[in-house]
Amino acid sequence: MISANDQFPPTQKPSESVSGVTVRLAGDSGDGMQLLGTQLTNTSALSGNDVATFPDFPAEIRAPRGTTAGVSGFQVQFSAQEIFTPGDGLDALVCMNPAALVTNLADLKSTGILIVNSDSFEAKDLKLAKLATNPLEDGTIDKFRTIKVPMTSLTRGAVEPTGLSVKLADRCKNFFAMGLVFWLYGRDVDPTLRFIDNKFSSKPEIAEANRLALKAGWHYGETTEDFVSTYQVPAAELEPGTYKNIMGNQALAWGLIAAAKLSGKELFLGSYPITPASDILHELSKHKHFGVRTFQAEDEIAAVCSAVGAAFGGSMSVTTSSGPGIALKGEGMGLGLILELPMIIIDVQRGGPSTGLPTKTEQSDLMMTMYGRNGESPLPVIAARSPSDCFNVAIEAWHVATRYMTPVIILSDGYIANGAEPWRIPNVSDLPEIKVNHPTEPNDGERFLPYQRDENLARPWALPGTPNLMHRVGGLEKQDGTGNVSYDPHNHQHMVQTRARKVEKVAEFIDEAKIEGSMEGTLVLSWGGTYGACHTAVESCIAEGMDVGHVHLRWINPFPRNLGQIIEQFDRVVVPELNTGQLSALIRQRFLVDARGINKIQGKPFHVNEIVDGIRAFAECAVSK
Amino acid sequence: MTTELPVLKPADFASDQDVRWCPGCGDYSILAQMKKVLPEIGATRENTVFISGIGCSSRFPYYMNTYGMHSIHGRAPAFATGLKSTRPDLDIWVITGDGDALSIGGNHFMHIVRRNVDVNIVLFNNAIYGLTKGQYSPTSKVGSVTKSTPRGSIDYPLNPISIAVAAEASFVARTIDTNIQHLVAMLKRAAGHKGTSFIEVYQNCNVFNDGTWDYAKDKETKEQTTLVLEHGKPLVFAGGTKGIRLNGFVPEIVDLANVAQDDLLFHDEKAVNSQLAFLLSRLRYPDFPEPIGVFRDIDRPTYDEMINSQIEDAIAEKGKGELAKLFHAGDTWTVS
Repeated sequence: MISANDQFPPTQKPSESVSGVTVRLAGDSGDGMQLLGTQLTNTSALSGNDVATFPDFPAEIRAPRGTTAGVSGFQVQFSAQEIFTPGDGLDALVCMNPAALVTNLADLKSTGILIVNSDSFEAKDLKLAKLATNPLEDGTIDKFRTIKVPMTSLTRGAVEPTGLSVKLADRCKNFFAMGLVFWLYGRDVDPTLRFIDNKFSSKPEIAEANRLALKAGWHYGETTEDFVSTYQVPAAELEPGTYKNIMGNQALAWGLIAAAKLSGKELFLGSYPITPASDILHELSKHKHFGVRTFQAEDEIAAVCSAVGAAFGGSMSVTTSSGPGIALKGEGMGLGLILELPMIIIDVQRGGPSTGLPTKTEQSDLMMTMYGRNGESPLPVIAARSPSDCFNVAIEAWHVATRYMTPVIILSDGYIANGAEPWRIPNVSDLPEIKVNHPTEPNDGERFLPYQRDENLARPWALPGTPNLMHRVGGLEKQDGTGNVSYDPHNHQHMVQTRARKVEKVAEFIDEAKIEGSMEGTLVLSWGGTYGACHTAVESCIAEGMDVGHVHLRWINPFPRNLGQIIEQFDRVVVPELNTGQLSALIRQRFLVDARGINKIQGKPFHVNEIVDGIRAFAECAVSK
Repeated sequence: MTTELPVLKPADFASDQDVRWCPGCGDYSILAQMKKVLPEIGATRENTVFISGIGCSSRFPYYMNTYGMHSIHGRAPAFATGLKSTRPDLDIWVITGDGDALSIGGNHFMHIVRRNVDVNIVLFNNAIYGLTKGQYSPTSKVGSVTKSTPRGSIDYPLNPISIAVAAEASFVARTIDTNIQHLVAMLKRAAGHKGTSFIEVYQNCNVFNDGTWDYAKDKETKEQTTLVLEHGKPLVFAGGTKGIRLNGFVPEIVDLANVAQDDLLFHDEKAVNSQLAFLLSRLRYPDFPEPIGVFRDIDRPTYDEMINSQIEDAIAEKGKGELAKLFHAGDTWTVS
């Protein structure tokens, strides 16, 4: 293995210290931009920076090469301060081809650096990107500090000793770009060298070629006169502890594993592959030694139904999907609800309707999770706010599911699922114990009443295999207490109301909403993956002298018990959402307040300034409730 | 102190709920035989679970004093798969009908069978939708005049046994609701089989499709119209006067007055290849007598066995999972 110090000597050029940097790496879907981005993120996190990422890739595995449709991007912000978003404007943009350049250039700050692979701006490349003129020559890039690097030819030259074919050599150019970016920001190459060793252990010639490309990129930066200095981003002052870089889907999977352990249960996942939720299935299937059983079902319906079956048997049951799959699961979720069995349904939201934008983020399934089932069928709904928050959300959801004997819906989204940030690893002993009881004796003399309720309106979770507690459950309306089929009109009204009251009672268990910022003026009310952008925007408004407070909802059903009181103390309510106004509608309906939306439906997360502008507009025109 | 186990009777398996099928429905017989079979095979109430979908037959679990789930239309196999994968200790029966299993639930039926989840599926085939009051089903004959097909149905029907065989079923049988002895024997065979057991029961809906299986039930005709399968025996029917012989790949009826029994097709329910079972499933009235009995009974690893052995292997290899180990694996850094 190459020793990093010998092969990657620290720069002799001047180094400028900056508090944070936002970099976007953009290229063709096959150019390895996601890998480059992940490595830059990991090494930045390991060096103690706070990091936030935004991978953005097409739905096609290999979209037509060189086209704008095939551009794959990875944005990362690493900072010496605590950060909550992957950043708005770019300090550096790396473009591997013309298509990547034209689709990303608008986000580069006027002070930003543009690094392009100048070898890929030939006539054929321009044609693939449908460009009439070369953007490197037609004035497009004139206002930016542009560094043209012939990455393809330099990479070919660097890997020549390995004897790889040109085709294989060209696949190493992301490592060349990585070497250059790592040099520019003084990143540690050790983790990446380890990664190369592991990933290509069975292909030593490829491993060697990638190391050579990485080294060539690093030395190019040091040698070329185009770069006069490098940048250093010092470590961030994060809360003391041991950290790990974690992605949302991974954090959800680990939270589920933890919740199972904390409740003394074995985990069962019934799932059908769907973007962007599949990584939860992949991750859980690796952890069978935790007693995790994963069932890749024949379809979404079988996935949710298998989970209900496993819940009946006493497992911690989970089903995972995205919008189209949740639509299919509706009837099965309704059965879980009327059976009053605990389970978790995860919706990693993506752009809709229908197949929509599979790889893009959106918050447009809120109404579906609230109301998208036949009949009166309320379920508790909790939403994660960031990648690492997914861990806690999974545990809290299972706590509520078992305490109230109900399926619970977890909302995540594509942005959280694939985004990464530092996660402070908790002490296992600090995690809450989740008590689960299974009755062993009849609860009504000699009789067992499967729908006799406790103070939380929860029914007993009696498991098959227990003598004397034999009972039948089913989708037909049941008599409270006995659980027998009942068509009695008053019983039906009573049961509908009881199931609704049970969900309302969850508000007694969950935390009250907390206000960040001002206690009066404009209330920014948000939920889910927009937390970082909303939090940063509110801080910025406060710095401008505006009276702005922020409440970020964790539970949307039920709302926290103090939410009405909070809304009353503010003059106006603004709800930023990546949909056309779904939480706004719920807030209006519940609190009879003129909540206004800041709405973006572009398959992309908010930029902070979009929210700041929205808040300012509402505050200035003094729309009040 | 005595360690003798209480001996259960059929009545012990009856729940306190009134049975609400139409008087004269074939379902009553199946319910009665099930209550009789369970104590005879040593089943316990607490370890037995009935899971059904939607339809007349699917009310079955409510009438059994065991654990039960009346689930949603067509999906009973999926619930059963989740339950059996996590609770292999339970004896699970899936009760379904021709619409439930082959129309809305066709996909799940096919997949539970191919996975060989160790459950017993009893399909009550009455070739009609009863609970929705008389529309044709996926097993109704072409031309069936029903509420939704006043000019006769134009859909070609599915053959449940052929479907099960094609989906790699390890146990396939057919029986008839009123042929009590045979029904009992088939339920017992299904219960004893490890893997998915599939039984098609010819069941009469006396309200919406009365008499659809009369040809196979009628004392006058059943000798000619059905053929009782016996493992290792030649295919004979009509009181031993006729048999089935293969002519190339094509079965034909022969008169045993002219043909020796040794020249007949012999039944082999253990055949690893499914060709014979499939061929038998194609013998349909009125061209052929319809086989009843076990078409296929082979050993194949079950899904529930394998999903659980993967867990055991992983634990044996890595030890039981520990959260702290999981969290700290890979690259971490410390802020002090």
